[in-house]
Order: sequence, then C-alpha cells, then structure tokens
Amino acid sequence: MSQRAAEPQVALSTNPADEIKTTTCYMCACRCGIRVYLKDGKVRYIDGNRDHPVNKGVLCGKGSAGIMQHYSPARLRAPLKRVGPRGSGEFVEISWEEALSTATTWMGDVRATDPRKFAFFTGRDQSQSLTGWFAQQYGTPNFAAHGGFCSVNMAAAGLYTFGGAFWEFGDPDWEHTKYFMLFGVAEDHGSNPIKMGLGKLKKRGAKVVAINPVRTGYGAIADEWLGIKPGTDGIFVAALIYELLNAQKIDLDYLVRYTNAPWLVIQDPGAADDGLFARNEAGKPLCFDKTTGALADATGVDVTPALTGTFDLPDGRKAVPSFELLAKRMLVPQHTPEAAAKECGIPAETIRRIAAELAEVAFEQQIELPIAWTDWAGRKHDKMIGRPISMHAMRGISAHSNGFHSCRMIHILQILLGSIDCPGGFRYKPPFPKPIPPPLKPAGKAGTVKPGVPLSGAPLGFPTGPDDLLLNDDGSPIRIDKAYSWDAPMAAHGLMHMVITNAALGDPYPIDVLFMYMANMSWNSTMNTKGVIEHLTARDEATGEYKIPKIIYSDSYYSEMVAYSDLILPDTTYLERYDCISLLDRPISEPDGAADAIRYPVVQPDRDVRGFQTVLIDLGARLKLPGFVKEDGTPKYPGGYPDYIVNHERAPGVGPLAGFRGKDGKSFGKGEVNPNQLDAYIKNGSFYNHHLEPGHRYFKHANKGYLEWAKSVGFIGSSDPIVFQLYSEPMQKFRLAARGHGAVQPPATHKKRIEAFFDPLPFWYPPFEGAMLDQAEYPIYAVTQRPMHMYHSWGSQNAWLRQITAQNRLYMSRNKGRDLGIGDDAWIWLIGPLGRVKCQVKLMEGCNDDTVWTWNAIGKRRGAWGLSEDAPEATKGFLLNHLISELLPEQKGGYRFSNSDPVTGQAAWYDLKIRIERCLPHEAHETSPRFEPVTTRVLPGSPTESTFGREFKRGNQ
Amino acid sequence: MTTLPATTGKKLGLVIDLDTCVGCQACATSCKEWNTAGYSAPLSDQDPYGADPHGAWLNRIHSYDVGEGETSRTVHFPRSCLHCETPACVTVCPTGASYKRAEDGIVLVNPDMCIGCKLCSWACPYGAREYDYADGVMKKCTLCVDRIYNEHLPPEDRIPACVRACPTGARHFGDIGDPESDVSKLVAERGGYDLLPEMGYKPVNKYLPPRPRRDATTANPNGKAGVAPPKADGSLTERLFSWADQMLSR
Amino acid sequence: MHPAYSVIFFTTSSGAGYGLLAWLGVTAAFGLIPLHWAFGFVGLGVALTLVTAGLLSSTFHLGRPERAWRAFSQWRSSWLSREGVMAVLTYIPAGLLGLLWVFTEERGLVFAVLGLVSAVLSVITVYTTGMIYGSLPTIRAWYQPLTAPVYILLALASGGVLFHLLLAAFTQPTWGSVLTGIAAIAVALIAKRSYWSEVDTAAKTYTTEAATGLGKLGKVRPLDPPHSTPNFVMREMGYSVARKHAEKLRGMAIYLAFLMPVVCLALLPLLSPMGAVMVAFIAVACTAAGLFVERWLFFAEAEHVVMVFYGRERA
Ligand SMILES: Nc1nc2c(c(=O)[nH]1)N[C@H]1C(S)=C(S)[C@@H](COP(=O)(O)OP(=O)(O)OC[C@H]3O[C@@H](n4cnc5c(=O)[nH]c(N)nc54)[C@H](O)[C@@H]3O)O[C@H]1N2
Ligand SMILES: Nc1nc2c(c(=O)[nH]1)N[C@H]1C(S)=C(S)[C@@H](COP(=O)(O)OP(=O)(O)OC[C@H]3O[C@@H](n4cnc5c(=O)[nH]c(N)nc54)[C@H](O)[C@@H]3O)O[C@H]1N2
Ligand code: SF4
Ligand code: SF4
Ligand code: SF4
Ligand code: SF4
Ligand code: SF4
Ligand SMILES: [Mo]
Repeated sequence: MSQRAAEPQVALSTNPADEIKTTTCYMCACRCGIRVYLKDGKVRYIDGNRDHPVNKGVLCGKGSAGIMQHYSPARLRAPLKRVGPRGSGEFVEISWEEALSTATTWMGDVRATDPRKFAFFTGRDQSQSLTGWFAQQYGTPNFAAHGGFCSVNMAAAGLYTFGGAFWEFGDPDWEHTKYFMLFGVAEDHGSNPIKMGLGKLKKRGAKVVAINPVRTGYGAIADEWLGIKPGTDGIFVAALIYELLNAQKIDLDYLVRYTNAPWLVIQDPGAADDGLFARNEAGKPLCFDKTTGALADATGVDVTPALTGTFDLPDGRKAVPSFELLAKRMLVPQHTPEAAAKECGIPAETIRRIAAELAEVAFEQQIELPIAWTDWAGRKHDKMIGRPISMHAMRGISAHSNGFHSCRMIHILQILLGSIDCPGGFRYKPPFPKPIPPPLKPAGKAGTVKPGVPLSGAPLGFPTGPDDLLLNDDGSPIRIDKAYSWDAPMAAHGLMHMVITNAALGDPYPIDVLFMYMANMSWNSTMNTKGVIEHLTARDEATGEYKIPKIIYSDSYYSEMVAYSDLILPDTTYLERYDCISLLDRPISEPDGAADAIRYPVVQPDRDVRGFQTVLIDLGARLKLPGFVKEDGTPKYPGGYPDYIVNHERAPGVGPLAGFRGKDGKSFGKGEVNPNQLDAYIKNGSFYNHHLEPGHRYFKHANKGYLEWAKSVGFIGSSDPIVFQLYSEPMQKFRLAARGHGAVQPPATHKKRIEAFFDPLPFWYPPFEGAMLDQAEYPIYAVTQRPMHMYHSWGSQNAWLRQITAQNRLYMSRNKGRDLGIGDDAWIWLIGPLGRVKCQVKLMEGCNDDTVWTWNAIGKRRGAWGLSEDAPEATKGFLLNHLISELLPEQKGGYRFSNSDPVTGQAAWYDLKIRIERCLPHEAHETSPRFEPVTTRVLPGSPTESTFGREFKRGNQ
Repeated sequence: MTTLPATTGKKLGLVIDLDTCVGCQACATSCKEWNTAGYSAPLSDQDPYGADPHGAWLNRIHSYDVGEGETSRTVHFPRSCLHCETPACVTVCPTGASYKRAEDGIVLVNPDMCIGCKLCSWACPYGAREYDYADGVMKKCTLCVDRIYNEHLPPEDRIPACVRACPTGARHFGDIGDPESDVSKLVAERGGYDLLPEMGYKPVNKYLPPRPRRDATTANPNGKAGVAPPKADGSLTERLFSWADQMLSR
Repeated sequence: MHPAYSVIFFTTSSGAGYGLLAWLGVTAAFGLIPLHWAFGFVGLGVALTLVTAGLLSSTFHLGRPERAWRAFSQWRSSWLSREGVMAVLTYIPAGLLGLLWVFTEERGLVFAVLGLVSAVLSVITVYTTGMIYGSLPTIRAWYQPLTAPVYILLALASGGVLFHLLLAAFTQPTWGSVLTGIAAIAVALIAKRSYWSEVDTAAKTYTTEAATGLGKLGKVRPLDPPHSTPNFVMREMGYSVARKHAEKLRGMAIYLAFLMPVVCLALLPLLSPMGAVMVAFIAVACTAAGLFVERWLFFAEAEHVVMVFYGRERA
C-alpha cells in the first residue's frame, strides 16, 4: 500500500466566501483597505486589499482580528437611558424616537439660550468635516476632536513651518531614502505603511536609527537604537544642527530657494514690529539682493539673496536675514554635543557620528531621479535631485510639553539638509502642502456667539497672531477648553482633555450639555482618571444636580465612558455603516496620489443601532440647523449619512468625496454632485486614488505643475510657492503682545510664559512637570507605548487580542531593577504627585535607565467591555493615567495651567515623573487603584467558550 | 498513515526573517482568523471573556531580550509548525491521524481520526501542536493547505494567510527543497538556520538571523567619527557666515 | 509535564494487573500454587480487572474516547498503538488460561504453556507502555534506557505484592515465594533509584540560546510571552514541581511502595492466616499509594524541551 494512497483526501479548494465585499478597516485610525469574506451571511475572513493605497494588501494584527470585534459581546444593542447614578451601570433600553427627541430638547434649549453651554467633543472622529460643520451650524465654539490630546503640537509645528506635518500628513520616501531617523514612534497612525516601509528599508539596507527610551517593535529592528532620556529630543537635534552648521554641511541653495532664510527681520528692540519681517508696500517680505546690492522682494524670481549680514531698511532701521538669527540661535555652547549629551544621555561622540552620517548621506550620496519638472518660477529641470534622508516622529515628541519646539527643531534639521519633499526625503501627502499656516481662522470671537445663530466659520483654525484668539473683552477664554486663549494660543485641535475638568470646575464657565463621540473619557483617554471620574459624578450642593448636568455619548461598545453617560446613542460596528474618509478631513492619501475612501454596510446590524453620522444629521434636522434642513424646514438629507456624503457641497462642486464627481462621474476634486458616486466607490474598492503625474510628485511646495493642479482641485487657494518658515513670524507676534504691544495682550499671569515660549526660533526646555517637581522625590520618567495588536481600550473586548495581552507589566531596565532590588514579577507602587498605582514588574534590556514604561490602555475598569469582573485586565492590568495630572502644580498667584504644551495645548502625557516603592507582601497580588464594577444588565452576557468558525466547517467538506 | 514518506516531492515551508519582524502579531491573528473557519475549523477559545482566556493558536510570537547592555538587542520570534522532515509527532500517533504529506511534506492532523491523546504534542519540541479543548482533537499549522492550492483564490493569494498579512514582509513561503527557489536562495544568502537541529527532526522552516547592528558598538559604516570643520579661523559663526556668503540664486 | 490522574491510574493499575498475571502464569505453569478453580478465578479475575480498569481509565484522558479503537492501527511506528495491540493480545492466552483453570481439570502442558505465554505477553505489554514515554526525545527524564525496564520491574513488584495477598487468602505463603516477592521489590527499588540518579545527573543540554539560535548574540531571556495567560503548551508542558518538594515525595514513594511491602511480606510466613491476610492487605494498600506518588512524580518532574522557549533556561 503506497504512502499517497494511505493519505486522506484533503479538501484543498473549499470556497471561502459566497461573496467578498471591499470596504475600509476601522480597527484603528490607519484606514486600510479590507476585503470582507462573507459566507452564509456571516463574516468568515478579512484580508487586505492589494489595490489600496494605504496597505497594498497587508493587514496588521488588529485588522486581522476584526471578526472578534464585529461579534463582540460588549456591543451596545439599543439606545440607553441612565436610571441609576452615574457609574452604576444601571440603564434601560429606550426607543430611538425617545432618545432623539430627548437629545433634541436638551440641545435645543441650550441653543436658544447660550450655545456655549453645549460642548461637542468627538474623540477618535473620522468625520470631522461633518461634526465640525454641525457645531458651526449649531453655533457653539466648543467643538474639537481628539487631536488636542493626541499630537496637535506636532501637527502645528509642521503646519507653521513647512505646510505639512509628520502627523498623518506626510511619509518618508520609502522607495529612495537611505537614512531614516524615527523619533519616538512605537506604532503610529500609519500602522501598516510604516511597517511596510521599514520592510522596504531592510531590503535595501538603508540605515534605520530609532531614537526612543525603549527598544521594542520598530526600535528592535533598527540598525541603531539611541535610548534617549524622555523629553530631550530637542536638545539632541539641536546638537546635530550645531555639528552640521559647524561643518558647513547644509544645503544653502535649498534654503535660498524654498525657505524664508533670506527674509530680513527687523532689529529694533522695543518697537512694536521688532522681530517681524521687513516688508515692502505690497506687503512682500524683503531680502538683500547681492547682484543689485539693494533690498528686493524676497519672493521674487531672479534675486541672489544674502543669508548673512546686517542691512539698512528704507526707514533707517537695521534688519538681518532670518538665517543669521537661526544660526546664532543654534551655535551656542548649550548646543555642543558635550552639553547636549549631559541632558539627553546620548554620548557626544555618538551625536558627532550621527551628524557625520547625515552629512555624508545628504551630500555625498545625493540621488537623482530622471524626472523632468517645472518649478514655481516656470524654470524647467530635467531631473529631481534628492538628499536621501528622512525622518518621522510621533508621540515621543508630541506627548511632552516641549513637543512643539522639539518638533520644529526636527523640521529645521530636515530643511537645513534640504530633505523635505525631495527624492529620498520626507514627502507630503496631498492635499498637503498647505499655505503656512493654513488660511483658516478659528470662529467664535467675542460677540459672534449668539443664541440660535450659526458660527461665522469653522470652530477650529490656525491663528497668526493675538487678534485671532478667542477671548472675551476681559481676556478670559471663550471656549470651555480654553483653546485659543492665552493658555493655549495655537490650540489648532482644541483641548479635549480639559473639557470635563473645566466644565465641572466651572472654569471658565459651567456647561449644560456635554455631547461626546468615540472617546473613552472616563478611563484611558483622560488624564487624572480618578479625578475626572469624580468630576463626572460631582454634584452641585445647592441643587443636588450633577455639575455637568447632561451627558450624551455615542459608542458602539460598553466602554467605561458609557457607564458615566446619561443618554447613549449606540453606534454600529465598522462593518455595518457608511463612513466617509474625506480629503476635507484626515485623508488617506499617500505621497504619490490624493485618495479618499468610504465604508459601507457589508453586513446589516442585528441590533437596534444606528450609524452615528446618520444620527447626527437627524439631530441637525430636528434642531432645524441651517444646512440640515431645506427652506421648508424638512430634512435636507433624509437618507442620512450616505445621502449627505453624495449630495452635500461645502463649496460649489466640492463635497465630502473627491472622486467620481460630475454627472459622468469622471471629474476629481471639483465637480457637480454624482448621484451614483457611492456605487462608483464601492465598485472601485471603496476608495478613490488620484495618481499624481510623475513631474508633480516631488518638491510639491514649489512645483508649478503640482501647485496649479492642487489649486484646480481645491486643495489650495493659490498656486504661489509655499515658503518654509524657519523663522516664525506668527510666534513673534504673540511674543510682541507679551512685550506690551498691540490691542490684545496677555494678562500679567501669562506674560512671562508667552514671552518665553512664543520664540520665533525653536529652542529646547525641560518638560514642565519634570522641571516643577523635586527631582529627588520623583526621579523616574514614566511613559507608555501602544501595543501593535491593541487599539487603545477597544482591543480588550476582542477574544483573540486579549489572549495576547490581558495584563500589562511595568517595564524597567535590568540595571534599574538591580539598583532598586526589584526582580521580575515583583509588585511595586508607582508614586507620583497625584497618587499611586500598584503594578507588577518586568525587567528588560533596551530601556533607558531613568525610564519605566507600560503598554497603554490594557488596564480596564471592572465590569466594562463585557469582560468578567475577575478579568486580568481589571485585576492585574493598570493605567498610568491615574498618575498623569491634567493640571500643572500651582503657579505664583495660585493659577494652575493645564499640563500641556504652552503653545498648542497638547496634553503632556509623557512628562510624568514618579518614584518606585516595593509592595508589602500582602499587597502583592492585584493592581490598584480599583473602582466599583460598572457591570450592566443591558449586555446579553458573554459566552464561556467560543467555537467561532465551526458553522463554516460543513461548507468546507 | 504515521510512518513517514521516504521522500517528499516538495519541501514546502516558511522562512522567517528575524531581522525584519517587528512583532506586530498580524501573522498570529490572520492565521487564527483564516484557520478557525478553514481546514481546522474551529480553533476554539475557552473563557474568552473571563479570567483565564486561552484557545487554539497555530502561530504565535515570542519576544526575547538577547545579550546585555550596549550590545543587547530585542528580537521578535514567530513560531509555528516547522513541517519537519522526520518528526516524531507523526510517528508516535497511534491512529494515523497525524501524517506527513508525501507530495509536499506538509504535516497535517486528520481531525476526523484524531482521538486527542495529545502524544504528538508531547513529541513536538517546538510547541507547534495545539489541543482544541472544544473539539477534543489536536490542531496545528496546516501551512494553509486549504489556501495554497485553492482554485477559488487568485494565484497571488495562494500563499499562507500569515505570509499574505505580514506588513513588513518578514515571512516567506516556498519550496525549501528546491535550491533554485527564492526561499532557498534567501536562506543561502542570509545564513538561514534550523531550530534545535540536535533533536534530529530536520525542520523545513528556516529562520534568518538578525543582521549585525550599525551603531557605536560596531565599526562606523562611514568610517567617520565626526565631520571635521573646514580649516579657517574666527568664531564658529564667523566661519559659517563667511562660507554662507555666496552668490546663491532662487 | 502535567500529571493527568487518568494516566497515573492507567499505568499503575494495569501495571500491577499485568504483574500479577505474570506471577500467576509462571507459578501456575510450574504448579507452585494451589491449582484449585477458585484460586484461578479470583487470581485471574483480580489481574484482568486491574488491567481492564487501567486501560479504560486511559481512555478518559482522550479527547475522543469513542474513537479509541483507531489506536490499534499504527503498531508499525507508534508505541501507544503497540501498547493497545499487546494489551488485547494478552487477553487471549490469559482468557484461555482462565477457562481451563476454572472450568476444566486440564493442568497439563497446554495449561502450562498458556500460563507462560500470558506471563511473557504481560511483560511485553508493560514494556510497550514504558516505551510510550521512553521513546520521547523531547522529555529528557523519560528518554532514558531505564524508563521501560523500571515500568516492568514495578509491575512485577506490585503484582508480586498482590500475588501474596492471594496466597495469604488461600494458603500459607512460603518463604520461597515471599523471598522472591521481596527480591522483585528490591530489584525494582534499585532500578528506580538508579533511574532517579540518572535523571538527576543527566546534563540538560537544551538551552534557550540553542533553541532560538540566538546564542551567538548573547544570553537569551524571554521579554513578552506569546500569551499573557497560559496557553495549551504552557498548561500541558509547563507543569513543574519544586526540587525540595520532589525530594520529599520520592522519600514517601520509597517508604510506601518498597520498604513497607518488604516488611509486610517478610512477616507473612510467621502469621496466622487471618493476620497474614490483613498484613498482605496493608502491603497492597501501601504499594498502591506509593506507586501513585512515584507515577505522579514521573510526570511532574519531567521537563519538556519546549519550555526553553517559554523561559526555562535549560531542559
Ligand atoms: N496598535 C495601535 N496603533 C495605534 C494606536 C493604538 O492604540 N494601538 N493609537 C493611535 C494613536 S491615537 C496615536 S496618537 C498613535 C501614536 O503612535 P505612537 O507615537 O507610536 O504612540 P506611542 O505608542 O505612544 O509611542 C510613543 C513612543 O515614544 C517613546 N517615547 C516616549 N517619550 C519619548 C521621548 O521623550 N523621546 C523619544 N524619542 N521617544 C519617546 C515611547 O517609548 C514610545 O515608543 O498611534 C495610533 N496607532
Ligand atoms: N497613558 C496614556 N494615555 C493616553 C495615551 C497615551 O499614550 N498614554 N494616548 C492618548 C491619545 S494620543 C489618544 S488619541 C487617546 C485615545 O483614547 P480614545 O480616543 O478614548 O480611544 P479609545 O480608548 O479607543 O476610545 C474610543 C472609544 O470609541 C469607542 N468606539 C470604538 N469603535 C467605535 C465606533 O465605531 N463608533 C463609536 N461611536 N465608538 C466607537 C470605543 O468603544 C471607545 O470607548 O488616548 C490618550 N490617552
Ligand atoms: S493598521 Fe490594522 S487596524 Fe489599522 S486600519 Fe490598517 S489594518 Fe486596520
Ligand atoms: S506579521 Fe510579520 S512582522 Fe508581524 S509578527 Fe508576524 S512575522 Fe513579525
Ligand atoms: S514542528 Fe512539531 S508539529 Fe511540526 S512537524 Fe515538527 S515536530 Fe511535528
Ligand atoms: S492527538 Fe491525535 S494526532 Fe496527536 S497523536 Fe493523538 S491521535 Fe495522533
Ligand atoms: S501557514 Fe497558515 S496555518 Fe501555518 S502559521 Fe501560517 S497562517 Fe497559520
Ligand atoms: Mo492619538
């Protein structure tokens, strides 16, 4: 009997799907294209869409566990009304009619009296162009999404410097870069693109340098890991710049062509325009033209501008090119490698070597692509020259109170090396670059917020000076989160992390209705979790009413935040609804194309739930908000979100989706409404990618072809070149106000702070909390990292993902453990100014000796997420958030600033400093703090065994 | 049929690049997702929402601290069945449920014959056999036998789920028996190695070792310790400014 | 390794059963025991009941007991399969022997041959049981030349003790048989002890460094495990028992399974029939308890090589 005959017949060709539908993943914000395999009406498998610009077929650990998210037992089943006290988990299911009319009454009353008292904050929102517009039409300035606690300081640093940003708005040139520096990234929004990119670099043997106190994930495969001390990247990069300037290894031509380095800066201490750019009558910045020996329009074509020297202005005053100021700022003793090494812990010789490697790759290994292009001035070039150095940074930079300046420091380094949007450099993703800053001012100025009327414009924007702030006449903040006040003048994304605290403290004022979406603000996405829970349940002594009287919340799952809300609008899962990932919002473009995408219901909900955006549009109509109703008062988008996606026009011909516009569905960007647009998207894999012409793919900021195309599709208003702002005039304007100039000036409490931090040139300062605390008492930095396989809080309800990580440890270097006499698995107390957290230790190599860290958002509140009360997430998992204060220690005069970046209000999560004490033996078995369970009866209950897939077996035989 | 085939036509297997793996778990979850509804359906999970969640996984990712101090490194280490050439997991099987395919060398368990005696899991040095507590039978990596020959999938998708998902491209699939195959070439050029060769199971899957670092502990790739400032006198700024004082046109 | 009670009972009970069968077979063949039908009935009855109970309990350990019959098919390569086959084969001569003994007067050549064949097959069956473990290269503690022999010797020793309970019940045990029984126990003890010292001294050559192939880069320590709660591999292979605890248990096993029975057997020829039965019974009880501990240790002390991937430094 032969072997083969003995082998059983295996069904090698079973059909895995009756149908495969293509949509967009939402297991995280990366928004990859997925193909959902459907069998017998159930989801059988999900893989990546090979045609999709974001993931090109691959799928990450989260996306591949989507099935367990979609079928999670923690899914909400119907609208909920709270019947017990907040946090008790006592709810009753109600009808949508009751839910929506309740919400309408609550929101309508406020709109008729004082719209500011309605605060709308939308967390992990992928529809901000809708939600922001809703807030605008409602008439409240109190709108923002999660950006303010995420990475707004990096977004702003980029947008105020080169019209793009690391934060989702650009990518390294994975195809050509030879030297890649990764600052403080464990995972990031570009989850798959970064992994794919690193894979490419590995294949090509490009050098990867990871700057990170911890070495895991990406850092693990880097060619060089620099275990930097948290909060010190700014000084490290400053030292690199010092070395490069010193060695004269910078791209002068690039500076002259593409930056404001030659622009003349007025030198007139005490004057109201000191430090501003010298301009001609036409308002054009001036430079000194060496050929003519005279001042000239710095934006002109055939000038040969001076980068150094002091020049006389027509009015007799002196001015110097901004480059000279930048160089002087950089070439100071604090920036020598030796001095920097003392702060950041990276040895001076290493700093020198890295600088040398940068110089070598940038100037000795320059690359040329044989692609013809035309620059902004109409000059033709037959090739594209690249300095193959790229950088990327994320929360390791942004989660510190010095993140704005540190990030600007990195951009300055990139620009000095001539490596922005050149082959091998850091590339813009359309619709970026944008003018610097994007020409959009925050609406809601004093006197414009009135009952029953829309806001004059979008609530969020980019101030260019004190006049753009949102302040009452007495200088107090107009917004509940104090965005665009002197606390956080450039808060381009608001300060979602301050809303609950401010509202409960009535500082600047109390509110009536808090409406939140997709943000777990009573747990992992809030600072000072314990305190915020108290704020959420705080009552007014007099009335006995909650200090935040009404909380409406939309979530898909039974999260910790649901337990603290009064009215819950249950959303669908990402496979059950329409969504629109719009170029008006956070696009999915990759550098070679402009792309947007949709989600559509690939399966129908088996519960009484509705897509949030459809619900919001319904509310808008019920509230009769302009734009949401026709003249006759009937709903403008009776078909809900899909109706809106297709038919809404923000500007003539410009709608949520850029692809398949026009009657024939052939136009991109601008074009009349196409009733069949959604079908066209679905046929195309639920996305549209407009590929840029080769000649448009680099130097977009100064590429005539690209700029004109971008204008034609409505990305930018004019095709003028976008000139990098090494020296930031808007910053200087705020600073001048602090020096007593102009109509709008900071109060005495803020003058020093504004003067110090609104420096037009980047500088490094130690993170606030660290600087304000006693080093001896709190000697250790504590940070978190994202696990690649978990998305914040919402991965723990996933039966598969939680088998990988159901408990988090506190990681510290083996040396540190030795010093503290702490071994693996030991239970310890982390003690910070806010309190203490008990957790279990894991020792490791590859961790900065002064830093401890843990995986983010693994710790869970007992009873949440459909998990049993004894789940490891609740008994052994923990959050650092209990220790992270949302407010800084008191200043002189008792004022407490938020624990944020002083420029943008970005939450400073990673400034946390702590000390460690060992647990008493009897304490060593479960984490602390622990709170009462929020277990609820409205969930169906979770199974004790899952045999998912058995139902498909039959089909396979 | 638990006696091993004398030879197998092909030696299909995986080559895993430890120099590129970032430990993202995509190969583990995509494996679970495909196989829980595929040949091995289901891969059951016990106490999935409780205190002690565990289930059947055919692929899993370890991470290791390697070395100490300056030269130490972090290595992510995916592990699934290595489809050994002479595996005791097959020969110990009393029922014939466990077998190695003569055609391509894939080691499989026939779920309809397995009695769940667990002996094969004892015989596997690599922890690659997964007892399914709900089905009472043994499960294991099938090398996605129901994908790689599946006419319902487009040719480019006839690869294991884990390989297709892997975002970094750290996983490679092919015929390691054929010296001309891409995987064999990769193994040759990168010095691919066997796990626990001394066990004598002759694993087919190969691992590519982490490449040497290019940092302070190794020779400087550019042979430069720093950039020597060009000879000139005066202060730093004076030097820089005199250099920057060129005719530069926009 | 995780000590499964079903398997512990299976190996000890069927072991003793086959041991007793061997004693009965040989002694009957040479007429050294009362050949009265009742003695055969009780003796073979006890032996075959223990064997059958053991085999049955081994199926409780299976995920799919109803498919147990499939286990006979792979005798060509699988010791577990061979064990099943031999177990069944052994029933044949043992059964025939029983029939002759109980229902006929035939005590001649055929009777003798059947006795001897039963004895030989019993020993072989126990050997195959031992080899299920002795053939696994992944578990150093089992992959020892002495593993299978010890199984045989323990079967004969425990069977011997049972045998003397029977003798005590039917006649007065002679010094001859008692001494043979004691000898069997002594040999088993020596074998088991040298097995232990072999296991304790055997070099653990499998390290995490070697297993991961990362040794050249330095010491290898686990950072994050694949699963934060134990998975199947950790549950099944991750079991371990503290050295000191194990030492105590070994002592207990020696005392119960070896010393006590020896003392008891030595007393039998001196005691009244009633007393002899009681003492022999004590011997049987001690042996059972002792072997349970011995067998529990056999699993609990066995380290599986896979654990070097999970943090055990060597195996
Ligand atoms: N899988 C997964 N992906 C996600 C998310 C998720 O939860 N899970 N969340 C998404 C969201 S909201 C965001 S904002 C992004 C964030 O993406 P990341 O920026 O990758 O966020 P973190 O995981 O916090 O990584 C911060 C890294 O910075 C390091 N670090 C801390 N302090 C410093 C410092 O001072 N300097 C340097 N150089 N490094 C430092 C930390 O060790 C950590 O490795 O990820 C997005 N993608
Ligand atoms: N210690 C520490 N804390 C941090 C961070 C850190 O690095 N360290 N990172 C901070 C950062 S950058 C961010 S962005 C925040 C992220 O924190 P969050 O924005 O709160 O992110 P999640 O925890 O994912 O919570 C989002 C909520 O959305 C719900 N949800 C999921 N899918 C859907 C859906 O389809 N519809 C609706 N309506 N709801 C849904 C989830 O159930 C969850 O309750 O965390 C912040 N908190
Ligand atoms: S990175 Fe993963 S989770 Fe995020 S969208 Fe892409 S596939 Fe989904
Ligand atoms: S998918 Fe690729 S990178 Fe991710 S863990 Fe698996 S092998 Fe490593
Ligand atoms: S890895 Fe284990 S299960 Fe796979 S063939 Fe080898 S021995 Fe068998
Ligand atoms: S568990 Fe199944 S496959 Fe494994 S040895 Fe037993 S019968 Fe064979
Ligand atoms: S080959 Fe298939 S079964 Fe094996 S690990 Fe990869 S995905 Fe899982
Ligand atoms: Mo974020």
